[in-house]
Amino acid sequence: MSTNTEAWGSRVGLVLAMAGNAVGFGNFLRFPVQAVQNGGGAFIIPYLVSFLLLGLPLLMIEWASGRFGGQFGHHSTPFIMGSMDKRWIWKYVGVFGIFSNIAIAAYYCYIESWTISYIFHSLFGTFNGMDQLEVAGFFSNYLDVTTSTTGIPYEALIFFVLCLALNTWILSRGLSGGVEKVAKIGVPMLIIFGIFLAYRGITLKAGHEGAINNGTEGLNFLWTPDYSSLANPKVWLAAAGQIFFTLSVGMGSIQCYASYLKKRDDIALNAMSAGWMNEFVEIVLGSAVIIPISIGYLGIDRVVELTGIGGLGLGFRTMPFLFEQWGPILSAIAGVSFFGLLFFAGITSSLAMGTPGMGFLMDEFNWSRSRAAFAFGAVILLLGLPTIFFFNEGVFDEYDYWAGTVSLVVFALLEAILFSWVFGLKKGWREITEGADIKIPLAYRFIIKYITPVVLILVFTGALIRPVNDDWSNLNPREWEFHNESIIGQLQHKGIGPNKTWFADAFYAEADGKIDSVFVLREKHYIRVTRVGPAGESVSRDYRFNPEKHKLSLGPDDEVRTGEVLYNGMIVNRIFYIDMARLLLVSLFLFISLLVFIAWRKRTLEGRTN
Amino acid sequence: MNASALILMIAVQLVVVVFTVYFFYRVLVSKPKPEPDSYIENDDVER
Repeated sequence: MSTNTEAWGSRVGLVLAMAGNAVGFGNFLRFPVQAVQNGGGAFIIPYLVSFLLLGLPLLMIEWASGRFGGQFGHHSTPFIMGSMDKRWIWKYVGVFGIFSNIAIAAYYCYIESWTISYIFHSLFGTFNGMDQLEVAGFFSNYLDVTTSTTGIPYEALIFFVLCLALNTWILSRGLSGGVEKVAKIGVPMLIIFGIFLAYRGITLKAGHEGAINNGTEGLNFLWTPDYSSLANPKVWLAAAGQIFFTLSVGMGSIQCYASYLKKRDDIALNAMSAGWMNEFVEIVLGSAVIIPISIGYLGIDRVVELTGIGGLGLGFRTMPFLFEQWGPILSAIAGVSFFGLLFFAGITSSLAMGTPGMGFLMDEFNWSRSRAAFAFGAVILLLGLPTIFFFNEGVFDEYDYWAGTVSLVVFALLEAILFSWVFGLKKGWREITEGADIKIPLAYRFIIKYITPVVLILVFTGALIRPVNDDWSNLNPREWEFHNESIIGQLQHKGIGPNKTWFADAFYAEADGKIDSVFVLREKHYIRVTRVGPAGESVSRDYRFNPEKHKLSLGPDDEVRTGEVLYNGMIVNRIFYIDMARLLLVSLFLFISLLVFIAWRKRTLEGRTN
Repeated sequence: MNASALILMIAVQLVVVVFTVYFFYRVLVSKPKPEPDSYIENDDVER
């Protein structure tokens, strides 16, 4: 018999926990950047279409699948999917629903730990008096785990362990005693923080507190529609991708939460409420914080440039400097609000990532809740360490790409096919509407069966063969060149540059330019190569080297061409870390598959057939 | 703000706020299902 006796405390708690699961860093950091890069206000059109045709159907599928599997005592996707169809393959498809959560949690908890650290630094005034470059430099130092600018050795690691310990402790308290309580505090708190920051952002006045633009300039920039962008498939794929990440579908955590519901209890209204709550946080609050504030102080051109480095960069490299303009007290309050908001958004999601793996261990191996929570914490620590120590070598990005992006799309596509075509929509629709407190429009029968799987196939194909420069106009396969970030491009290591081997005795320049300087920063040695960019601007690239192991073959003012030797010596290239990260992820997937196999054998021997 | 940005922003945000409030309100006022239901906090509450 399973030791799993978890239950939700209240319906509101469940809805808030589901909304908290969906609301994450992406609501505040990814959505506005995506909107800016994909047609401004016009982005909202494909975004809402994706929400209706992809997001809501997947929410219904996952809630219904979870509650269905829960009736047989399953609380993780391998056996939830196995209960929907007896063919063995679905149990292993379900492995994605544990794998993604664990792999994402490994780097997600790291970001979450940054927010704790930044709350601490906002409170203690670390950023006071720093200029913009110093604030950006602070973040770079923070990521370089061996350097400490604050006097706390291995600060990033310490905050990561603290954050993980907090997650583990809350998870060990169970659904109603831990996860639900955090959601009941966290979701309202992040909304309050969000409203405060949105108010400050929108009411910024040019000429006051150092602002150069009104806050409404930012809203204007974000919401002015460029309808011509709607003809570009890139914009539609970006919108569908954003819906995926924002709703936390394709992960397995929704199924896990819903599996603790009884057959007669509503899922339709709960799913709608949690889904729309996420949209409120994203569209209403998410659009009114970082873009209005950053455009208010930095201007549109600078913000467009900064969005190129992504929302995380904008949030952690820039926002503390902007808050400083409000004076020491208000900047501390704003810093605590902004990073507190991100912390609550993060922790309500990372807790959801812990529950599928724990549910699996409790269901199949009779582990106690505390033991399962501790195992989750230990695995995340183990998998998280490479993202901390080799962040700059690309390990973090590999986890994000394969586990946090590709796996979600693959799993969602397969679960949609299982639900609509294998389990059957007739039974599926009955599951969705059983106990429903609202009437779901019948059109969703058609959408779930035909539209959603087709949209998912398009999204997956788009990610698989994304063309260079996102130019979808030339459909000639012979002339098709893959984007560096397409799945095929990633597998081919496109964009890796001339340093293609794991180990080498020479390091080659990865871009043309002139050696600007050879300098030492915080006891680390760099070569800076500078070139003139397309708009006449200077573009610099710093290559780190170790003078004890490497011998420079070029000096200051020398011209350098891509592929030319910069220095000789014993070199471990970035590609080595990238491949090791991928190997680690594949090993994790295989390990979970093995556990599923052992659990299935155990069930068979015990005569448990469901 | 220009008119098209303002209209689009207000229209979209209004739709989102209305749906969010409506569905959450429905969650709050919906009658609990007969026991045994999924929630443990109301186990001692008389229906």
